[in-house]
Amino acid sequence: MLKNYLKIAWKVLLRRRFFTFISLFGISFTLMVLMVVTSLFDHVFGPQMPEREMNRLLFVNIMRKQLDNGHTQSGPPSYHFLNRHVRTLETPENVSVNSVFVTVNSYVNNRKLALDLKFTDQAFWEILDFNFLEGRAFGQQETDNASRVAVINQSTRDKYFGSGEAVGQTIEVDQVKYRVIGVVEDVPVLRLHSYADVWVPVTLRSKDFNKADLNGEYFATIKARQSADIPKIKEEYAQMMHQVELSHPEKGIKLYSFPDSVLESFARNFLGNGRENKTAFLYGILALVAFLFMLLPAINLVNINISRILERSSEIGVRKAFGASSATIIGQFLIENIFLTLLGGLLGFVLSALVLELINDSGLITYADLSLNLRVFGWGLLLCLVFGLLSGVYPAFKMSRLQPVEALKGGTK
Amino acid sequence: MIKLSDIEKVYQTKSIETVALQHVNLEVPKGEFLSIMGPSGCGKSTLLNIMGLLDVPSKGVVEIDGQTILSYKDKELAHIRNQKIGFVFQSYHLVQDLSVLDNVELPLLYRSGISGSERSKRAKIALEKVGLSARTRHYPSQLSGGQRQRVAIARALIGQPEIILADEPTGNLDSVMGEEIMNILLDLNREDGTTIVMVTHDENMALKTERLIRFFDGQQVSDARMYDFQKV
Repeated sequence: MLKNYLKIAWKVLLRRRFFTFISLFGISFTLMVLMVVTSLFDHVFGPQMPEREMNRLLFVNIMRKQLDNGHTQSGPPSYHFLNRHVRTLETPENVSVNSVFVTVNSYVNNRKLALDLKFTDQAFWEILDFNFLEGRAFGQQETDNASRVAVINQSTRDKYFGSGEAVGQTIEVDQVKYRVIGVVEDVPVLRLHSYADVWVPVTLRSKDFNKADLNGEYFATIKARQSADIPKIKEEYAQMMHQVELSHPEKGIKLYSFPDSVLESFARNFLGNGRENKTAFLYGILALVAFLFMLLPAINLVNINISRILERSSEIGVRKAFGASSATIIGQFLIENIFLTLLGGLLGFVLSALVLELINDSGLITYADLSLNLRVFGWGLLLCLVFGLLSGVYPAFKMSRLQPVEALKGGTK
Repeated sequence: MIKLSDIEKVYQTKSIETVALQHVNLEVPKGEFLSIMGPSGCGKSTLLNIMGLLDVPSKGVVEIDGQTILSYKDKELAHIRNQKIGFVFQSYHLVQDLSVLDNVELPLLYRSGISGSERSKRAKIALEKVGLSARTRHYPSQLSGGQRQRVAIARALIGQPEIILADEPTGNLDSVMGEEIMNILLDLNREDGTTIVMVTHDENMALKTERLIRFFDGQQVSDARMYDFQKV
């Protein structure tokens, strides 16, 4: 019976090519867009190298000052603030203070190379999981001594040294020479807190250390001992901020700075005015957009399926006349729809892989390494199956309940 | 074999009530070839559909092979249709997406314990019986009207049903093709003892059967056996 149903499903697909094309296009295109968007989302917010332990990581990237005249001043915090108040928090396992990346020039064989440079401490390397291809990170002593050493990424090594080894060699960045001590795999630009082409000791920028202003050009990366400590860290941070606010020389000033996950930080800055945690709201918006996005092709699919099944009402009538029960009829259409959806899913999978590869190769997102998320693919496929079943089986169910004679007449009643 | 008692069928819409059949009492004994005639819209096809459990009467009792079909569930009705009844329709009702062989095999799909090869074997035998064994791989759209109807007959007889219900089986065919189809049905009745009820507009075809009943406005107006056809 199953073999026969599959045979019919295949023949129906081949004979009704236009319908097959529209259905397969709808399913595979929807899945493809869903996969690409979620892959991007995962790339920005999910656990990825070097921020693999996302459930233990918090980032501080904004210090917002609200003056009593209503004006606000917002930007990355200063080294002074982070070093004095955040590095000294007791709950975290480790805190790194690192600069925002700056684009600087370098020259290779008289060719200008724009590189993104980040100043950081040795805690940065302890907290994050970089994939080292060569050498090592700089340690405490090199940081304390403000040694001119650098860790570079794979792309910079390739541009500078071709396929040869880089460790032990010198690169000149912004007219300063650094000795390369390590090479790491490229980090995508979307990982703003970790990304750079060249990482050097933060102590090389000691002129920033004593600027007492709260705003500057630095981030803090905080690692909790365990994920359960995250709320405690946030609480300690809030208390610390209250103290900083009280001790601030300008009276009536309100300070807003939070240790957030990447997603929380995004939601807070774009939806919460830099103050409120709007993660749930962001999820709501994303779910709504995804739902609306899937709704359109789903309605289309339902429409096509209904007309297709109406077209086949005579077949349903014949099958019933020769002994098919309503349940058997539903079973047949169920199998046909699952077959079609799985075929669409397979196509969607291939399309997604192609598009992701295209994005990776296009250089649209620096060092992007978008990959298929099988979990998301599974969910997407399941959703398509649900839509396929609803759209195919519901009309089949309605038709199967008709008296055979009505189905033979075309389901007019 | 088939017994209808006080059958009534009323089609109800919001504003109109149409009586298709009223007070129909009819008994078709095993092995009989009965034809039903009457003008269009007199209820003969409705009657055939009720006999074949394709439609339910508004009132009355249908008995098939001694079983009263009252409040039977969908699955049980499907089982009786599958085991006891074969249908031949005026417009053939072949599944366009299936080959001739697959179309003929269709009733056996709903019987348990019949393997694919057995189905195929029986379908070939049925097609041979209607003279179409060379067309097994063709699709309905590649056949003439007469060939399609022969496929439909092969499909009706593959399950060796005790009853074949034929709704104007020659209605869409020319006289030569119609004659051929009629001969197949007559052979089935004579050789296999299959009970056949045929609705027809064609007096000549009806006169070949052993009993003819006539309908008018949803009511049976005459019932004649072969020997007194001339009186009808």
